[in-house]
Amino acid sequence: MSDHDAHKEGSVHIVSYGQLVAVWVSLLLLTVTTVAVTRVDLGAGKVWAALAIACVKSGLVIAFFMHMKYEARLFRIIFFVALVTLAVFIGLTFFDVLYR
Amino acid sequence: MSSDATVTPVTGGFWEDTGKRGIASWIFSTDHKRIGLLYLYSVLGFFLVGVFLGVLIRLELMAPGPTIMTAKTYNAVFTVHGVVMIFLFIIPGIPASFGNLVMPIQIGARDVAFPRLNLLSWWLYAIGAVIVLTSLFTGGGAPDTGWTFYVPFSARTGTNVSLAVFGVFVLGFSSILTGVNFVTTIHRLRAEGMNWGRLPLFVWSLYATAWVQILATPIVAITLLMVIAERTLGVGLFDPSRGGDPVMYQHLFWIYSHPAVYIMILPAMGVISEVIPVFSRKPIFGYKMIAVSSVAIAAAGSVVWGHHMFTSGMSDTAVMVFSFLTFVVAIPSAIKVFNWVSTLYRGSISLEAPMLFALSFILLFSIGGLSGLILGAAATDIHVHDTHFVVGHFHYVMFGGTGFAFFAAAHYWLPKFYGRRYKEKPAIVAWALMFVGFNVMYFTMQVLGMKGMPRRYFDYLPEFARLNFVATVGSWILVTGLIIMLVNLWRGLLKGEPFEGNPWGGASLEWITATPPPTENFEEDPVVTHGPYDFKRAGEP
Amino acid sequence: MSHLLPRDDVGAKLGMWLFLFTELLLFGGLFILYAVYLARYPHEFSAGGHELNVVMGTTNTVVLLTSSLLAAMAVTAIKTGKPKSTVALLLGTIGCAGIFLVIKYFEWSAKFAHGIYPGSPRLVHGPPGESVFFSLYFLTTGLHGIHVVVGGALLTWIGTKVGKGSLTAENNVMLENGTLYWHLVDLVWIFIFPLYYLIL
Repeated sequence: MSDHDAHKEGSVHIVSYGQLVAVWVSLLLLTVTTVAVTRVDLGAGKVWAALAIACVKSGLVIAFFMHMKYEARLFRIIFFVALVTLAVFIGLTFFDVLYR
Repeated sequence: MSSDATVTPVTGGFWEDTGKRGIASWIFSTDHKRIGLLYLYSVLGFFLVGVFLGVLIRLELMAPGPTIMTAKTYNAVFTVHGVVMIFLFIIPGIPASFGNLVMPIQIGARDVAFPRLNLLSWWLYAIGAVIVLTSLFTGGGAPDTGWTFYVPFSARTGTNVSLAVFGVFVLGFSSILTGVNFVTTIHRLRAEGMNWGRLPLFVWSLYATAWVQILATPIVAITLLMVIAERTLGVGLFDPSRGGDPVMYQHLFWIYSHPAVYIMILPAMGVISEVIPVFSRKPIFGYKMIAVSSVAIAAAGSVVWGHHMFTSGMSDTAVMVFSFLTFVVAIPSAIKVFNWVSTLYRGSISLEAPMLFALSFILLFSIGGLSGLILGAAATDIHVHDTHFVVGHFHYVMFGGTGFAFFAAAHYWLPKFYGRRYKEKPAIVAWALMFVGFNVMYFTMQVLGMKGMPRRYFDYLPEFARLNFVATVGSWILVTGLIIMLVNLWRGLLKGEPFEGNPWGGASLEWITATPPPTENFEEDPVVTHGPYDFKRAGEP
Repeated sequence: MSHLLPRDDVGAKLGMWLFLFTELLLFGGLFILYAVYLARYPHEFSAGGHELNVVMGTTNTVVLLTSSLLAAMAVTAIKTGKPKSTVALLLGTIGCAGIFLVIKYFEWSAKFAHGIYPGSPRLVHGPPGESVFFSLYFLTTGLHGIHVVVGGALLTWIGTKVGKGSLTAENNVMLENGTLYWHLVDLVWIFIFPLYYLIL
């Protein structure tokens, strides 16, 4: 058994406890923000605000908790492909739903 | 044929080098070649079941009125024919059998990235298949919904839809794991020098297919779970009386099931891209375009699902959008056909069995593809929607396309893995019978559809009688050819003349390793110095 | 039959990510339906959303975020050669999973007590959009709950491996992949929470 690739491709990056806790604090703050924002009457605005905050939160989880920031570029490309695919599925369905 | 050859079993290479014995050396093996053969025989077994049911359908339709079965049986028979052919034969078909057998060797790897996961895929396939088969004989009996399980009927019918649907869910899981395995394998395990520009086109097509398996299959998984929830819990998500929308079921179903068509056809195109240059003794024309068009078909094919729903009550805007996108898919498909034909041009063509199947693929796929344009254009689709024209169309693509490519692959690669070969003459006779029978049967169906004969109907008007009789006769010719082909392959691979070296002069890596290949595929890891169709540099045999 | 493939941690993680994409799209199917039915029944969805308990939803969000933090810290711990802290942190994650499920249980029970469950007389005879909303709610949170259970079981199994010393600082990709799965469970909840509890 050799682990020739693991070191070469720098996948052994270690995220410190401090960094992780900082991310967690930001996530909690964002949670508070999103609850607060949606308690105010913003109309349709609150949907987009809540979704935007959810996206930021996911971004933090993916980048730091899931180490995406430290992975090879390929990982980010394929993740993007998966997201675009889901977006396209939703978008094209709405060509039917919105215009029926 | 030497007399010695008839008694010795298949030996050598991966057939011998195993720690386990008997059946365990197969069903618990993590060797991609053994798993590939397991898949091959499993899918072939279900193919024969599907063929049998197909013959029954044709017999029933041979004459108007009840012929050999009741209307209810007929509904079950065509449903099970569809479910078996789609989910148990053609979706796992080429990728899981020949993909597993050949792909790791073609990229110079010792195995796939996750060999145990690969075995799990086969087990899930087997379990899913058992569940589907169980559903036929338990509960309310075989499903009678058609393979599409459309609501509201699938939510209401008393037949055993829930179990069948759950079986398909498990099969989907198996398909997903194969996809994950293949993408990782192709990214991580290419041999030294095997860059993306030297990847055989079969591997490119499997790569594109694997992505569709990964990204589209989960959608049908959740959809099928919702059908089960609908039947068992009464969630009402597709029930109009409770605010649900049955058309949404069709959207979700086809978001997967249209890309699934490309799971079926892309690997077939890959096989053709391997066979055509080898039997033309000429490098493939337009390597890059064929490789890119595989990915383009996978991408474009994922956004055209709405063309199954032109008459469903979907919005007109969506009809136009999906119709337009459908025509876009024709471009990469045509690119492939043009490149294959250009490869043939001034090639030194050798008409052996794999090549005959490959050439007929081009013709049959083109007929299927062009009739697809008639269905993709909304105006003409409304005329022929749900008629036998559609049945003819997709059999041209699926059977004439993927089926014939499957047989091309069998004649091309199986001798390599058995170290013995089939007889050429019976193979050609079988091919000719199948080709003729196929066209007699399915072209007639397309004519019937144009004349207005609907699909999935037990009975029909008397004016369709003559053509239906012709189509049924075609099915007999087709099956005769099929039987000859399978017997010839079976006898040849077990007892035929030895098959050694590289008789066809292929330049991809499977042709440089021993016959049959050793367990780890190569004596030492290969270093790749030329492309897969660089016949000059690969050296004449 | 062993093939002695060289170990490939990047490949293992690549495979795991690909699998996570399938999970993403699995929930994606439910999110598609949510979007479509929200567009069709905004009022019924709003009424339904107000019946959900924001306090419980928020608490569960915090619980899951914390579990994710502990899981991420477990990866750091094993990589810095601290198997004992790794096991402790994983136990924390699994504990959070338990708390999440208990809260979920009380939430669902409260709904059942009010006659809100799939196919209940109230939903069958209520306005059409209401039934759709709650069916989606139960399916989505139910499927998510199943993933919490599976993720918890997975981390328990991996935790015992760490305890036995078969996963180490040099050989920890299984733990990393297990936590990736757990983070996905968290990610899905990050979207379920605003969509069902907040914006309606």
